[in-house]
Parts: sequence; C-alpha cells; structure tokens
Amino acid sequence: MIDRTRPKLIARMEDVTLAFGERLVLDKCTLEIVEGAITCIIGLSGAGKSTILRLLDGLLLPAAGHIYVRGQDICHMSEEQRNDVRQKISLSFQFAALLDSLTVGENVALPLREHTRLSEGEIRRAVIDALDSVGLTEAYDNLPGELSGGMLKRAGFARAIVTRPELVLYDEPTTGLDPIVTNLITDTILKLREKLNGTAVVISHDLPSIFAMADYVAMLFEGAIIAYDTADRIRNSSNPIVAQFLQGSEVGPIPI
Amino acid sequence: MRLLDRFGRATADFFEYAGGVTLLGAETISFMARLRIRVAETISQCALLGVQSVVIVMLTALFTGMVISLESAQQAVSYGLGSFVGGAVAYGSVRELGPMLTAVVVAGRVGSAIAAELGSMVVTEQIEALRSMGLQPARFLVVPRFLALLLMLPLLTIFADVVSILGGMWVAQTYAHISYDSFISSVRQSIDFSDVVKGVLKSFVFAAIIALVGAYQGLSTRGGAAGVGQSVTSAVVLAIILIFASNFVLSFLLFG
Repeated sequence: MIDRTRPKLIARMEDVTLAFGERLVLDKCTLEIVEGAITCIIGLSGAGKSTILRLLDGLLLPAAGHIYVRGQDICHMSEEQRNDVRQKISLSFQFAALLDSLTVGENVALPLREHTRLSEGEIRRAVIDALDSVGLTEAYDNLPGELSGGMLKRAGFARAIVTRPELVLYDEPTTGLDPIVTNLITDTILKLREKLNGTAVVISHDLPSIFAMADYVAMLFEGAIIAYDTADRIRNSSNPIVAQFLQGSEVGPIPI
Repeated sequence: MRLLDRFGRATADFFEYAGGVTLLGAETISFMARLRIRVAETISQCALLGVQSVVIVMLTALFTGMVISLESAQQAVSYGLGSFVGGAVAYGSVRELGPMLTAVVVAGRVGSAIAAELGSMVVTEQIEALRSMGLQPARFLVVPRFLALLLMLPLLTIFADVVSILGGMWVAQTYAHISYDSFISSVRQSIDFSDVVKGVLKSFVFAAIIALVGAYQGLSTRGGAAGVGQSVTSAVVLAIILIFASNFVLSFLLFG
C-alpha cells in the first residue's frame, strides 16, 4: 500500500496496535509521514485519528508495534528521552489547550522559558513573531478565556510553532468554525509550513480544507490505514470505502 | 464468589490508589530535592492556598477555643478549679485541635481547590498539552502547591493555636471571671515549647496529605464536569479521613 520510493520520512508507525479497555482502536496500523509534506488523516469520528497524533507525540504508547521519529523508536525510550524528541514535535490541540491561568503571550512563551536559555527580550521577540505568523499579536496580553474559538486555535498554533519544530501535529484545527475562519486556519497552516519549512500532520473532517492543503492523505478505517496516497489520487480513489467517505454517502461498505 | 470478586477489586483499587499517591509524592520530592522549583509560582500559591485561608482558620480556631473554654470553665469553676481552664484550652488546642482542625479546614478549602483546578486542566487537555511540551505536571503544578502547603500550614497552625487560646481566655474572663493572669499562668504550666513543636510537626504531615491527595485526585480525573466534581469530593473526603487517621498515629508516636 505504501510506496517505499517516496522521499525521506520524518516519522513512521509500524504495525501499531492499541486498545482502550476492550475496544481495539488501532490494529497493526502502519503510516509513514513524509518530511516537508502536509499529511492529512481522514476517517470516521472515533476511528482513532487523534490517537495517532498522541502516539506520534509519545503521549500514548502502543500495546504492540513501533513508532519511529527521525529513525528513533520512541516506544522504547525513557520519558526523559521522549521529552527530548518532543522538542522536535509540537501538537496543536483541538481546543487549543492553552493554560487558562496564563495570558496568550505567557502561553506561547512557556516552551521557550522552560526549554531554552533565551533572555526575556529574545523570548518576547520570538513570541511576537509566532503570534504575528498567525495574525494574533494584539492578543498578547489577553487571557485564553477572552478569545473566540478561531483566535484560540491560532494562539494554540503560535505556541506549537514558537520552538520551530520539525513536525507539527494539528488535531482537528477547523472543527466547529465558520467557513471564513476555516479558510483562515487552512491558509495559516500552509503559511506556517512555508515559514518553518517543516512537516505537518493534520486531522480533519473538512474535505475542502484537506484538499486545499494536503500533499498526502491517509484514510483510517477499522483500526488500519486502508488508503494512503497523494491528495489528487485519494480524491479520485476507486476504493469503495474512500469513495463513500468522500461523497458522504450512506450507501456503501461503511456501516452506519 | 461475587463477594470475593468485590473484595479483590477493592483491594486492587486500594493498592493502585496508594501506589499512585506514593509515586506522585516521590516524584514531587525528587524535583524538590533537585531544586527544580518554580519560585514565583510557589509564592503565588502561598498567597492563594495559605494567606487566603487565614480568615476561615481564624474563625474556626477562635470559636473552638471559646467553646472549650466555655464548657471547661463552667465545670471547673463549680469545682473550684478555675485556675486550670487555661491549661485545658491550651492543651487541647496546641496538641490536637489546632493542627487537626486547621488541616481539616484547609483540606476543605485548599484540597478541593487543587483537585478542581487540576481536574479541569485534565478535561480541557491542558495537562496533556504540558506533557506534549515536555513539561512534567508534577514539577510544573504539584511541586508549587505541595511546597506552598508545607510552608503555610504550619504557620496557619501556630496562628490557630494563638487565636484559640486568646478566644478561650476572653470567654474564661467574661463568663467565669477567671483573670488573664491566672489563665496565662495555667497555659504555661500545662504546655511547653515541645508541645507546640510536635503540633507543628503534625501539620507538615497533614500538608503533604492535603496536597498529594488533592493533586492525585485532580490528575486522575476522568470524564467531564461530573468527573471533576467526583474528584473534588473524593479529595476532601479522603484527605479528612487520612488527617484523622494520621493524627491518631502521630499523637501515639509523639505524645504516647
């Protein structure tokens, strides 16, 4: 299924199996993340897409299988070693998950304050640069509770990119937003990829947004990646499950 | 068979809980030993958890001292033992009621606040966001609260001892016409400095119980708002039970 002649990989999940209680979420799931590309993961609600992001970030560990980031198997590392790997990865949460006791500026500055020896002036400049990248410099002193949904997501993006990670994981960045803000978020993700010259994995249900930004699309179904290809090929896929999902049809092999 | 199954589960749950709290305590103390302390946050927690508890502790201690004095003064004066009232109030307050009631009041006010705050952070993915940034919740959140309570609860206990004795002295003078000199002289005869030190020693143990039980309950919150509510209730109930139980053990060891 996965074409091994593709360019360099930044991350790879290999035969990953994970269950929550008796519910099998991922069953020998394999996925490759190409360096410098935007890979979107699509699938039914509750299929385990967000779980894949948490596995790539080392927040969850699989029951079986391997997860390689830059060639290192993060499943067999100490938590401290995983923390080192996390310096290269950022996860942008569905609801931003900003610390509500800190201002937006302090939230974005947090990873720099904790992991670097930058001066306060340098941190401030980096934070303003990150907020500027998402068009949110005016929210520097606001508390998260004072922001709208779209602004919160962009503040979450700013925190995710402030350390200039090699891989950014976006968990449902456009869910619950109006079409205009959805376009703004999509453009922001594309702009950030250009700015960081990095790699992104995006979980989304918003098909226009996916096809506007994705280089590769992977479809997760019943615990496994059943289709993985370039965005154009996935759009025209003859796989009946992919076709039914993209058409949003009730008729087909996907059980409703 | 069902009874055996229930007993087995309850035993497993108990050891899982005890193990979890112990591990969190060990992790917290390990960060403190390596001086990985957020000083500004600890000072802020001292104000939030300690200074803001002064009024409720004062009122509790005041009325406790007053009621001990009222009950003992009426009896003592009728038997011509009015000069022992100060001793009764001081003995009860400094050795037992001061440390224990202060801890119970703080468990209700602060233990619940810690569990609610951390529990809300779990359900809004803020804890996961910290881990994703390579920050350990124990160092970032538990250490400042643990240290703040270790610093503030002994001070609150000493304050409660003094207020309780002063309240008792006022009631003894007003209702039983026991002079201040006689009351203070009785206090001096019945307790010494070592009693105060032992009472304060107890408060260190109670502080650790309140902080760790509150933090553990908060961090192990599952579900949404209902889960947070359950964590808060459990944090307060368990902390109070453990305070009473450990008070008995400590009294036996220190005064027995």
